Amino acid sequence: MRPDDRKYLKSHEWAKPDGDVTVVGISDYAVSHLSDLVFLDLPAVGTEVTADETFGEIESVKAVSDLYAPVSGEVVEINEDLPDNLDRLGEDPFGAAWMIKVKTTAESANLMTAADYEKHLEAEGD
Amino acid sequence: MPIRETSLRSLHESSGAKMVPFAGWNMPVQYRGILHEVQTVRSAAGLFDLGHMGRVRVRGPEAEAFLQRLQTNDASAIQPGRIRYAMILNDRGTIEDDILVYREEAGADFFVVINAGNADKDLAIMREVAADFDATVTDQTDELGMFAIQGPKSEAIAQRVVDADLSELRYYAWTATAAGGTPVEVSRTGYTGEDGFEVYCPQAETPRLWAAFLEAGQQEGIEPIGLGARDTLRLEAGMALYGHEIHDRLQPLEAGLEWAVKYTHDFRGREALESIKSAGGSGKRLVGLKTTSRRIPREGYGVAAPDGSAIGEICSGAASPTLETNIATAYVTDAHAEPGTEVAFVVRDKHEPATICSLPFYKRPR
Repeated sequence: MRPDDRKYLKSHEWAKPDGDVTVVGISDYAVSHLSDLVFLDLPAVGTEVTADETFGEIESVKAVSDLYAPVSGEVVEINEDLPDNLDRLGEDPFGAAWMIKVKTTAESANLMTAADYEKHLEAEGD
Repeated sequence: MPIRETSLRSLHESSGAKMVPFAGWNMPVQYRGILHEVQTVRSAAGLFDLGHMGRVRVRGPEAEAFLQRLQTNDASAIQPGRIRYAMILNDRGTIEDDILVYREEAGADFFVVINAGNADKDLAIMREVAADFDATVTDQTDELGMFAIQGPKSEAIAQRVVDADLSELRYYAWTATAAGGTPVEVSRTGYTGEDGFEVYCPQAETPRLWAAFLEAGQQEGIEPIGLGARDTLRLEAGMALYGHEIHDRLQPLEAGLEWAVKYTHDFRGREALESIKSAGGSGKRLVGLKTTSRRIPREGYGVAAPDGSAIGEICSGAASPTLETNIATAYVTDAHAEPGTEVAFVVRDKHEPATICSLPFYKRPR
């Protein structure tokens, strides 16, 4: 079962609370479906992100995909060497491959628990 | 319309293929991964299911005259047992499909392979044109299976399965032979830029022959290859994909395909094409692009000059594992089409630097 210390969006981003900051990344499911990753575009520190709107993009050999913010707030930290080390996403998508940390002012209404995310993935058919 | 299946579908699924719809057919897009599959074909060999492509037999006393009217190349110059690349144009001189035209070894009948996505359209055009000739057009897509083996180890592997001496089969030649007791036709053609063969067989025998090729190539490491890798391979080899580098609003001159046009016979679209030519062409042409950006130039992205002005559009793009860089094709204005010209491709408002280069990107070592 995927980590239940965090919540998930249908679009496979995860949001883990850490004091007044939320750590954001993408799930192993997203990574395995992307395959052959070539590029990751993260916002600069200081950028305001809005829940359910895009905060960056990830590109695989096949396509460019938007990344959706699970929370609103100011980006206070980004995982700077992740774009140069994309294989970390395959190795540790819930840990070392975190993407951004946001000083949270609001949360998406669409966040689900780990259990509901699992059900969502089953429904997706994989 | 329900999706069509090739006779290899269950074999693909048991090999772990990810299946996707393509041109109305359920096709394998990848097995172990696009980049891995490209490298397998370039270093050893891969097998490609081509069941989706259209296969048409042309017969009759005026088969050649019909083909002269239908397509741009000179059918009268195709020797028995040989094959030529050609296009079917419309009366505006633009491209309805790119095709291969085969003359049988016995000399009288022809075989034509057409793109899956254009099969219905092409067959309608062929029947319309054939009405004026003593020639018959027979759609053999259902009765024949088709697959390809491509890669430097292709001949060694195929020879273990096929009776004919493949060392005698020249590039763009074909022959009727047998494999494991089944009559097959084999051509030395392909869509990857590697040596290889395309095999045409009775549909019911396709799974058995596919398995025989996979078995025969075990020691070389042959693998089944999906459409994703097929697209990257043909792009590296500078080969057009209908709907991208060629379509019905583009003509052979700007597409760099005038070499497949012979003005010695009266083909559909000849007059329009000659007008375009004498008027000086369209002012744009097909070029290659290379970029050191990690981003991939994709179909539909704009191409810009260093001053930011729009000069063209990307047709296809891919990460090239063979060249270890990202590549693309694009139509750009003639002024910017010289190899070495610095340009940019536009990704979501960002301009990524790229350089114009000639096609193909890759030529196999000989």
